Amino acid sequence: MSTSTEKEMWVTKLRKGWQKNLPVEKLLPDTQPAYVASWIYLFGVATLASLGLIIATGLWLSFEGASWYHGSNVGHFVNSLHFWSVQFFFVFMVVHLWGKFWMAAWRGRRMLTWITGALAFVGSIATAFTGYLVQSNFDSQWISYEAKDGFNSVGIGSRFTVTNFGQMLLLHVAFLPVIIGIITLIHVLLVRAKGVVPPIDAFNKELGERK
Amino acid sequence: MGIFDHFMNLRAVYIHLGWFQISITNLIVVLGMLVLFGLALFLPFPGNKKKGQK
Repeated sequence: MSTSTEKEMWVTKLRKGWQKNLPVEKLLPDTQPAYVASWIYLFGVATLASLGLIIATGLWLSFEGASWYHGSNVGHFVNSLHFWSVQFFFVFMVVHLWGKFWMAAWRGRRMLTWITGALAFVGSIATAFTGYLVQSNFDSQWISYEAKDGFNSVGIGSRFTVTNFGQMLLLHVAFLPVIIGIITLIHVLLVRAKGVVPPIDAFNKELGERK
Repeated sequence: MGIFDHFMNLRAVYIHLGWFQISITNLIVVLGMLVLFGLALFLPFPGNKKKGQK
């Protein structure tokens, strides 16, 4: 039986912190502020949708294997779907980044949201590069042999061996997607907790009212 | 061999201006992103009408 004098357990602190910063009304809101009614605010969720398609087609490719996606019509299609969803993922993410940069979206204690977004961007580039290395064709062989010289020249070739197919495959299908998934989840939760950043004029007004 | 296979197997064409070099493909992607960004800023959003507007 707990009493108020007892020291709080970490789960208690976590629950209280969660309830304070991200109540369910904030996590699953019914409405958004009026300024969100603009196309520029759609690119974050478009990036998420592309990520979902990347994961779904990636899982499909993993289960069927290289001989399938290089040697059958459906395999070619799913392989292309995986490739193009990555292209659109980056296009949407870059437009999202430009939009957020020009609206200075780190305002109002949203620094961590900005940082996790930047980390997701950098991590996605690393994941995409390892994807080029595990196509299991002459293209990936060429890219890995070009890349190894770059990595060796900066002294990390012995740890990050781009010609090691097993290491690159594991990074591409397991380690890096998990990291990207965790960062993306934190990013989205932070957006929910802090809310979508208001336009600069509205924000100044908000600050003025606070003073 | 389809028309896309034909183009995919060609060597990349590059634009080279002094220190700046970019493939036509990457240039198209960058310009496409800029166009998309511009459209996202200026195209009216459906349902975004202020009160009193028809």
